[in-house]
Amino acid sequence: MAYPYADPRETRLLSKHFGESEAIGIDGWIQRGGYKALQQALGSMSPDEVTAVVKESGLRGRGGAGFPAGLKWSFMPKDDRPRYLVCNADESEPGTFKDREIMRWTPHQLLEGCIIASYAIRAEHCYIYIRGEFVDIVRILNGAVAEAYQRGYLGRNILGSGFDLQLTVHLGAGAYIAGEETGLLNSLEGRRAEPRIKPPFPAQRGAFDMPTTVNNVETLASVPHIVLNGADWYRQWGTEKSPGTKLFSCCGHLQRPGNYEVPLDFNLSDLVYSLCGGPPEGRQLLAVIPGGSSVPIMKADEIDCDVSYEGLEAAGSMLGSGGLIAMDDSTCMVRAVRKMVEFYAHESCGQCTNCREGTVWLAKILRRIERGEGREEDIPLLLDISANMAGRTICPLSDSAAVPVVSSIRKFEHEYLAHIRDKTCTAVR
Amino acid sequence: MEREKQALVTVKIDGVPVAVPQGTTILEAAERLGVVIPRYCYHPGLSAPAVCRMCLVEVEGAPKPAPSCVEQVRDGMVVHTASAEARKARRAAVEFLLVNHPLDCPICDAAGQCELQDYAFETGQLRTRNVEPKVVLGRDKVTPEIVYFADRCILCTRCVRFMDEVAQEPVLQVMSRGHRGYIDTMTGELFEHPFSMNIVDVCPVGALVNEDFLFKARAWDLDQTPSICPGCSQGCNVLLGSKENRILRVKPRPNSEVNSYWMCDHGRKTLVHWGAGERAEVPMVREDGRLTAADWTRALDALTTALRSQPGGARAIVSAGASNESLYTIRKLMDLVGFEGGQFRITTGPEQVLKGFPKLALRKDRAPNGRGAELFGFERSDDVFEVAGRHRGVLFVLEDALEGAAEDFGDSAALFVYVGSMMSAAARKAHIVLPSPTFAEMEGTFTNLEGRVQRFSQALRAVGLARPIWLTGSVVLERLGGGRAFCSAGAAFAALAEDFSEYAGLSYESVGLWGALIAGAGATASP
Repeated sequence: MAYPYADPRETRLLSKHFGESEAIGIDGWIQRGGYKALQQALGSMSPDEVTAVVKESGLRGRGGAGFPAGLKWSFMPKDDRPRYLVCNADESEPGTFKDREIMRWTPHQLLEGCIIASYAIRAEHCYIYIRGEFVDIVRILNGAVAEAYQRGYLGRNILGSGFDLQLTVHLGAGAYIAGEETGLLNSLEGRRAEPRIKPPFPAQRGAFDMPTTVNNVETLASVPHIVLNGADWYRQWGTEKSPGTKLFSCCGHLQRPGNYEVPLDFNLSDLVYSLCGGPPEGRQLLAVIPGGSSVPIMKADEIDCDVSYEGLEAAGSMLGSGGLIAMDDSTCMVRAVRKMVEFYAHESCGQCTNCREGTVWLAKILRRIERGEGREEDIPLLLDISANMAGRTICPLSDSAAVPVVSSIRKFEHEYLAHIRDKTCTAVR
Repeated sequence: MEREKQALVTVKIDGVPVAVPQGTTILEAAERLGVVIPRYCYHPGLSAPAVCRMCLVEVEGAPKPAPSCVEQVRDGMVVHTASAEARKARRAAVEFLLVNHPLDCPICDAAGQCELQDYAFETGQLRTRNVEPKVVLGRDKVTPEIVYFADRCILCTRCVRFMDEVAQEPVLQVMSRGHRGYIDTMTGELFEHPFSMNIVDVCPVGALVNEDFLFKARAWDLDQTPSICPGCSQGCNVLLGSKENRILRVKPRPNSEVNSYWMCDHGRKTLVHWGAGERAEVPMVREDGRLTAADWTRALDALTTALRSQPGGARAIVSAGASNESLYTIRKLMDLVGFEGGQFRITTGPEQVLKGFPKLALRKDRAPNGRGAELFGFERSDDVFEVAGRHRGVLFVLEDALEGAAEDFGDSAALFVYVGSMMSAAARKAHIVLPSPTFAEMEGTFTNLEGRVQRFSQALRAVGLARPIWLTGSVVLERLGGGRAFCSAGAAFAALAEDFSEYAGLSYESVGLWGALIAGAGATASP
């Protein structure tokens, strides 16, 4: 099966072999240059050298926060406690489905990244915490792990280097909050996936209270390319602050939805209109959420910008996870935001008061407005509740729930007012 | 000790500088200045999860408000607990908590002692901005005696952490998630634990309530009296909640040396029913073979006259539930008559240790003052009737219910005096009955198993004409020329501290509310 909508304007680093079923197995993967980077890292580089290359490459965390990966690795204390690498494969940000495709088509790309990163941070055990709903992907990944053990890429004395690594694929049980790195660690330990107070950060006290690095799938999958080709090679794409390429999971009202890999200096408008083909025939683009539901909504006329971390921030949004959601003029913004907020209300772990109660309160108000029972004072109330939810909790879920509310009111207040005053919806049916 | 060696850091809280050891949290540092930062999930006896977001304070230079229960002080830190930002954060937390809180204060057991009520009042939220329907979850039992009102629960998880960290029996947890969250056992079945009722105490709202107290009284109608639990030899510091001369509720009173913030369920349950049964209400004197009610003058006259007639030496069966002052006075009286020995017995049961605070246990000895009774020269025995039953001189029975005594018990004694609060069948055979108050109806001290002398105060009015034993005993002593009668429990204690070297140097005042150790304390005389 060919991968749908591959586009020549893409820069396909991670997604080069998407759609090639032969790339899934280890032989096919080795034929395509797989595990060369691992041989190089274990054969001729010290762990610190590996970290240094990744640091120089400027690779930033692809899970959403954008924290420099090499820097994160360098926070691991240099003591002799057991240490862990945890790969965050609990991809659950609404609108995001890039990690799933990396694991589906190129599981060994991820494994190679995991092994190299484990070597760099001297981890003895690597966990891949994968979203429980990815049943088919888990099967693929487990097959790949078995192959890697068989070929000696995992286990004792990997490639004769003296480096040992065990790898465990651990299934989540269906909670968005388990994608937050400390919530993930709690879940991995068999507890409720409630985010932990930071500090201490995972590098000091992570999984099982030991030094731990948590990296996203896409981040780790990028590592072999960087180790093999060098930092400068990786920096040929993107910008100074956002080097490299990134997968964008594009969904919503688009003619050609799917995963597209572009350099980070790619134009967002081009991504939406050229690569994805823009909105369906006869529809106007209304809004774009460029990085998963937790980032601010952009109006259709605001998307002429770089997809870099800094470019999107300058345009008033964020890169986030790269889960692009396009909405055309058939969208009722109040309803769309209500659906998003309901998601957060459903997924809030409920530890922190502001998030537990704030998310459900927002959802109820939005539902009421959507029903045509809104009041003028609901708009300032929504904004005030959002302000009280942001920056007051242990993890950013609360902030994330407030984001679509605040950005949609700022940019589409007339839609709210239409519901409240005229009991109508501005969506073009 | 280790803490003192640590470096001190100076922080400014609300403009006042305070030096505290490194590692102190902002909340603890503020308490040193008397600044109480509002909190729900924080409890000094438990870990701090920082989830209620109530204790947020403004830290100068920090991008957002800091949870003071976990944020440690740094040198030069400037904290504002009542600035506009801090107040706004607190106000928001209360408002959020009230979004789904039922506001059923008029029928809630916690009203009047509810931290949510207090802070809602303090933050001045007379009107709610919330017009949405509230989440309704209902109620359920978590133990056979504790009811959980899920709607009132603010998910602070103090109860979960108590069971996990202190009881070390992690049976409770938050089930489901988000606003649908509630506290339950994993299986949904009731759990039982000898220290389970502490979860009611730690609950900052009325979510966990003791069924025994449910709907019995409003918190503000209760008189609160500091006391000592007489349920075992541990001597937990307690607060007796009483109304209309009845103990309705017992709560632990914090004392880090004895019971921390906790106490066992056995203590609470026995305390609430303390003194139930037929009470000795008035003095009684046997006349023409019949016990007749008398006033104190007549009863004491009868006792003095009888003792003056030299009926022989004195033996006693005393009680490990009597106060130090009472035991001491009866001993003095016996010395004057001619002390021939005295015994006491203690009901025992299995010991149950609180794992997270092993200093505290429901002790085998289910009486508060066995240690004191031994120090005053009484001997512990399983068969107290053996010798006393054959005694031909003066026989004192102090409080012992004489359960299990032979039919003819006391018949051989020349003078049989019963002093106690309960009117037992055997006591009816006494020549003279002197009614005394229960521990809750008087003040005094107990000596617990580790040798800590602890004071308890009077919570209830004494029944009938009951008078403390130290008073009746010392009046008789005075009449017989054995010194002046004691005008107070404190005076009785001063006298015993002079006579018994273990208590030397202690005074009623120095014992205070926290207790003081006797000489040679720690070595436990009996388990």
